[in-house]
Order: sequence, then C-alpha cells, then structure tokens
Amino acid sequence: MEVKRVIMTGNEAIALGAYEAGVSVGCAYPGTPSTEILENLSRYEGVNCNWSANEKTALEEGIGASMEGARVLVAMKHVGVNVAADPLLTLSYTGVGGGLVLISADDPGMHSSQNEQDNRHYARFAKIPLLEPSDSEEARDYVGAALDLSEKFDTPVMLRSTTRISHSRSTLIPGKRQEHEVTGFTKNPAKYVMLPGFARLRHPIVEDRLVALEEEAEKSPLNRIEPGSKKMGVLCSGVAYNYAREALPDATFLKLGFSHPLPKKLVRKFASMVDEIIVVEELDPFFEEQLLAMHLDVPVRGKELFGLLGELGAEIIREKVLGQKIEPIEVREDIPGRPPVMCPGCSHRGVFHTLKKLKLNVMGDIGCYTLGALPPLTSIDSCVCMGASIGMALGMARANPQSAEKTVAVIGDSTFLHSGITPLLDAVYNEAPITVMILDNSTTAMTGHQEHPGTGSTLQGEPSSAVNLEGLCASLGVKRVQAVDAFDLKELRSTIKSELEAKETSVVIVRRPCVFLLTEFDAPFWVDEDLCTACEACIKLGCPALSMKGEAAKINSTICTACGLCEQLCRFDAIRPAAEKEGVK
Amino acid sequence: MENQKSDILIAGVGGQGTILTGRIIASLAISEGLDVKTAETHGMAQRGGSVITHVRIGEKVYSPLIPQGDGDFLLSFEKLEALRWLPFLSPQGTVIVNTQELDPLPVLTGETEYSGGILEEIESKVGRLIAVDALSIDPVTKNARMVNTFLLGILATTMEFEKEKWLKVMEQEIKAKLVDINKQAFEAGWQFANK
Repeated sequence: MEVKRVIMTGNEAIALGAYEAGVSVGCAYPGTPSTEILENLSRYEGVNCNWSANEKTALEEGIGASMEGARVLVAMKHVGVNVAADPLLTLSYTGVGGGLVLISADDPGMHSSQNEQDNRHYARFAKIPLLEPSDSEEARDYVGAALDLSEKFDTPVMLRSTTRISHSRSTLIPGKRQEHEVTGFTKNPAKYVMLPGFARLRHPIVEDRLVALEEEAEKSPLNRIEPGSKKMGVLCSGVAYNYAREALPDATFLKLGFSHPLPKKLVRKFASMVDEIIVVEELDPFFEEQLLAMHLDVPVRGKELFGLLGELGAEIIREKVLGQKIEPIEVREDIPGRPPVMCPGCSHRGVFHTLKKLKLNVMGDIGCYTLGALPPLTSIDSCVCMGASIGMALGMARANPQSAEKTVAVIGDSTFLHSGITPLLDAVYNEAPITVMILDNSTTAMTGHQEHPGTGSTLQGEPSSAVNLEGLCASLGVKRVQAVDAFDLKELRSTIKSELEAKETSVVIVRRPCVFLLTEFDAPFWVDEDLCTACEACIKLGCPALSMKGEAAKINSTICTACGLCEQLCRFDAIRPAAEKEGVK
Repeated sequence: MENQKSDILIAGVGGQGTILTGRIIASLAISEGLDVKTAETHGMAQRGGSVITHVRIGEKVYSPLIPQGDGDFLLSFEKLEALRWLPFLSPQGTVIVNTQELDPLPVLTGETEYSGGILEEIESKVGRLIAVDALSIDPVTKNARMVNTFLLGILATTMEFEKEKWLKVMEQEIKAKLVDINKQAFEAGWQFANK
C-alpha cells in the first residue's frame, strides 16, 4: 500500500486524531482559533457532534457522554475554558468513563481574542495532565495519547493548541480508526455524585493521581531529550519547540509534549547534561517558575530574555539568545492601517451609526459588531467577555439609575444565547429599566457562520428547532420586546429613544441576516454627482463601498449590496437606486 | 530545490484567497516529497483586514512562521499590502505584486491617504520586483477573484515544479465549478512571466 503524506491544519489534525482514536462524541461552541476542530470532526462517520450553546454546556454534554462510556472530544478557545471551568474543576474529582480530551486553543498575540491568557495554568489548577503538540502530526497523535491517559488514570486531559498550531499546516500520514465500544453507564455515586462527603474521598485520589501521572510523564515518549551542545540546554513545548529548533540548531533540547505534571527527574537529568537552561515558552513562565522552585545546579533563564507578551518566533530567539539581530528591510512608518471592517451590507452598521448619533453609552459584547468600536462608527464603550454587555448595563443602572436613560447593551444573537439570557433575567427580575439590543443576524458570524440554537439548523445542516427570541425574552418576564428592521434607520432611532425612556427592562431585536448568508442583492446604488454636496454624511457609515475622492461621494458598484443605508442618510437625494438610473438612460 | 529552502509570503486583504493559494503551493510541494509548513490568518482579520499566509518549503521545516528578513518571495494581491509585509522579505527577495489599490477604511473615510510611490520604494529595496495590473489581463478582467491564481502563475515560473503538476494540484484544491477559470488565470500568469 502506498503511504501518502498529506498536509493539514492543526485543527484538521486534531479532528483526525479524535476520529482515529475512536471518539464518538464531539461538542463545542465556535471560537477562533478552535472552530474548525468540530466542523471537521462532524464530517467523519461514526462521530456524533453538536454545537452547544456555550463552552460550559459543551463540557457538561461531554461529561455525560464519557459517563456513558464514549470517547469524547470537547473543543473551545482559551477564554471558553473560563466558561467551562466550573464543570472542569470538579470533573477532575469525578474522573471519567470513556476517555475525555478537552482541547484548549490559546491565542498568544491575540489575533482574534480579547486577552492572551495562558491556559496551561488550568491544567495545574484542575490537577489534570496537559499535552502540548508542536505541529499537526503531533496534534493528531496526542489526541489518541490524551484519550489513553484519560482512561488509564481516570482523568480528563487537556490538549493545548495555539493559533500557530491550529492554523498552521504541516504533514502527516493518516491512519485507521480504532473503534471504541460505548459500554454504557454504571452507577457509582461515590465517584460521580460530588456531595461533600464523597468529594472529600475523591480529593486524595486526585492528589495520588497527580503523583502517578508525574511518573508516567517521566517515561512518556512525548517527552524527550535531543542531545546537542553541552553549553546550552533548551526546555520548551508546543510551537515554541519549532521556533527554538530552527534558531538554536546546536543546543541540547528537552522537548515536553506531556508537560504537566512536570517530569522532574527528567528535568534533573537534562540539567546534568548542560551548562545552563534556556526556557523557551510563550506568555507566562509556566515551566520557568517550576524549574526555579527545583533549585537546579545550573542557571535557568527565560522570561528575562523573552518577556511575557505575545508570540515568539525564530528571529526573536536568535536575537535574544545569540545576540544575532537581523536588520529587516525598513519601510516608511506612515503606511495606512487596514483594520478589519464590517462588510458592505452588514446589518450592524446602521445600529452603530444610530447609537453614535444619539451619543449613548454602549455596553458591547463579543462578535463582528465589536468592530463598532473602530472609526468612524466609534460607538462601543466596552467589550469584556461573552454576555457581559447586559450585566454591565444593569450594573451601571444599579450604581446610577439615571444612566439607564443613556445606556444600551448590544449583543449578537449567538452571544445572547451563549450567555446573555441569565443577565437579562437579572435585569427583569430586579426591575432594572435597561435597554438591551439583540443584533440578530441569524448566525455566529465572526467565527465563520456557524449554526446556533436560533438558526433552525444543526452543525450538520439538518433542520432543527429554532428558539424564538421574542418568546424567550417574554418568558423571562420582559414586557417590552419588539423587533425592528436593521436597515430602517428612522424606526431604529425612534425605537431606541422610546425604549430608553421606558421605566422597565426592554429588548429591541434588530433583525437582518448576515450579508454572508445572502447570495442575491438588488443592483447597486449610485451617486448623482450633480446633487452630491460632499457633506460626507454617508461616509460616516464607514462602508467599504463608499468613498470620498474629489468633489462627490462614490459608490463602488462591485461591492455595494444595495442595503440602502446611505440613501437614507443623504439629504440631497444624491444617492439613487439603480432601477432609476436604468430609467434615466 | 534539494537542500534549499523556499520561504513564500502571500499577502492580501481578507477574502482575496491567500489561504487557498498557500494550500495549492503546499500540496504541490509535499507531493514532490518536500517538507512544508504554512501559517495562516483566520478570524477577525478576515473581515477585510490585512492578511498574510506563510509557506515554507524545504527538506526539513521547523517553524511555520517565516522569520523577519528571511522571505524569498512576497506574493501580494494588493499594492499597499506588499509594502506592509516587506520587512519579512530578504533584501535579495522577489516581490510579485498586483498593482490594484484597495483603499483601507481610513483612506475611504478621508482620514488618511493611500501611500504614493510604493512600487519605487519596493524596487529600491528588494532583489526583484514584478508589478502587474492583474485586473487588466484576461481572465482576471472577467473575475477579480482570479488575482490570486494569476499571480501564482507568475510565481510558479520561478519554482522548479512542472506546469502540469501545478494544474493537477489546482484541480484537487479548487471547487469543481471554479477550476477552469482558475487554471486559465494561472496560465495567463505563466504566459505573462515568460513574455
């Protein structure tokens, strides 16, 4: 048989690894850079996958599947683990049925995230094993290794990817699936019912397990010493291994693939082979602090060289360790930035234009609409985490009841269903007169248009029940619920104003599908240059289809989707629908 | 390409097809028995932001990221983006750029101006510059989304793989209904470079 190497992203490789290892259940909520793991896993036969409302429900669904005996993968981005931390820290006590691997996809450098927390700490915090692959092949292999460890030691296992693993491609040879039998649930209250009396009996098991896991890590093939020069030892894991291997080809390496609990005997052996240890790790001094606490006989350096921020790269390591500073081509400094923008035809644009005009305080949330914080819309005043907008607006009203008259919370449909329902419940229960705007574009847009409980479709594209947002809000007790068209600026403005005046919790659902979901548009609008006064009212929409060059506004007809927002803003009737132009001709 | 590395940067604006282009190059290289790694931009920047794909080919590739100053080729689907990513190219490197100007939002809103003299600046700082208005050449005139495979056709003439192999990989990597026009665009780039 021909052995063929294929190339795939880390996320595709993680899905393949789960398939090959007999995983039969996968759960996740989308989040960059983790999203494609479940999308890929769902395409394999014999694996039941579902999008979950959020990361906590995803992990809980995973726990249930594991108790039933299935091998399980649960995937999320780094901040998703914060949401799932509650079940995770007690899952450590109960242990598993079938193997359970939790994929944490971290984002050093914050390519698409609100922070760059180092989730290796979660493995220590939860006292569970941590695996860190350094490329796609290892990502595939480590999923199987994680599930074996999970079952052997009765523990969930965290596999930590980073953006440069998940969204890098490298090669591997696909293998065959090893079927794993779903054995069925066996009642065992002392293991699964974490009442204090039972939990007290489980805690020592967790501590003993950690000792046993350290012994396992000592002999694991995932941890290896790669001999080289005695002068320099490099300790590293994950993608940093590949940066360091390229930058420091002569050094002796300790590559940690099974990196928590730290195999201390192996580290001491490594220390005995080298004159000093350089710890190459992104973000926090996770290994470095543990090494320093070991009082090794050789000096240990790491963060004093590399700092605590962002990503590493081979050139950074060369410079900091070897003093080889490269002098890249210098280019002028005043290159215009190219920030991400809301698409032409985006249903969020009119909302933020209106909120800016009304000079409101806007508690924002996580999604494409967070781009409403950037010029020229510049109208979002906060972005913390999924669902935070509503609770923060409530908190403002608690601190200063008058604030509710000039504050709105804006939250997308997927984010609202993820974690906006509970703070809305707080608001209505506590009779807070806040105004919540649910920007319903019928998808999880920023991560690449995934389905969610409101879209009426499953991960696999099968029809399913779609939550009715008006009905949901009404059932929580919100009496003022109404829907408006995202493209009707007049109605949008008057509705927001009237709801701000209302003395009770109100919800405005602003509705239009994400432009990505549409394939046909009306013919583009055009500018009658004789009528245009170059007042720039339309330009303030920040639409990529609109520009002001010379004496009049211009519409880029190749990208205009005829949403009509600019026409509504033009007081001189200079922006005209295409049909009229045809008529004129 | 034996014993040699080739580091290729593919720059553009979110949605212009940097990821697909990288995938085509990478797939061909592995089918030729070489080691390959890529690094891509997903997520927020794909919403019309500046995006970059790194493709590294060699006997053994470690880092998926091309270190600054190391790139051999910079393929840019937009003019300003070629300038932005220039520090990743070696001073001996080659720039292949579509001279199309896509105004970023700060330019559209009049906050700042699109940089002038970009091609002159690039030419003075790199080994070789190939600048072409891809949109003026068939079949890109018919479909602006073919800029990527057109420029790929130019790049391909500087690499050691046979044209038929490129075309075969494109059949595997591109959606069936778009294969033909992409192959035409590639062919047009190939011809342009050999003129």
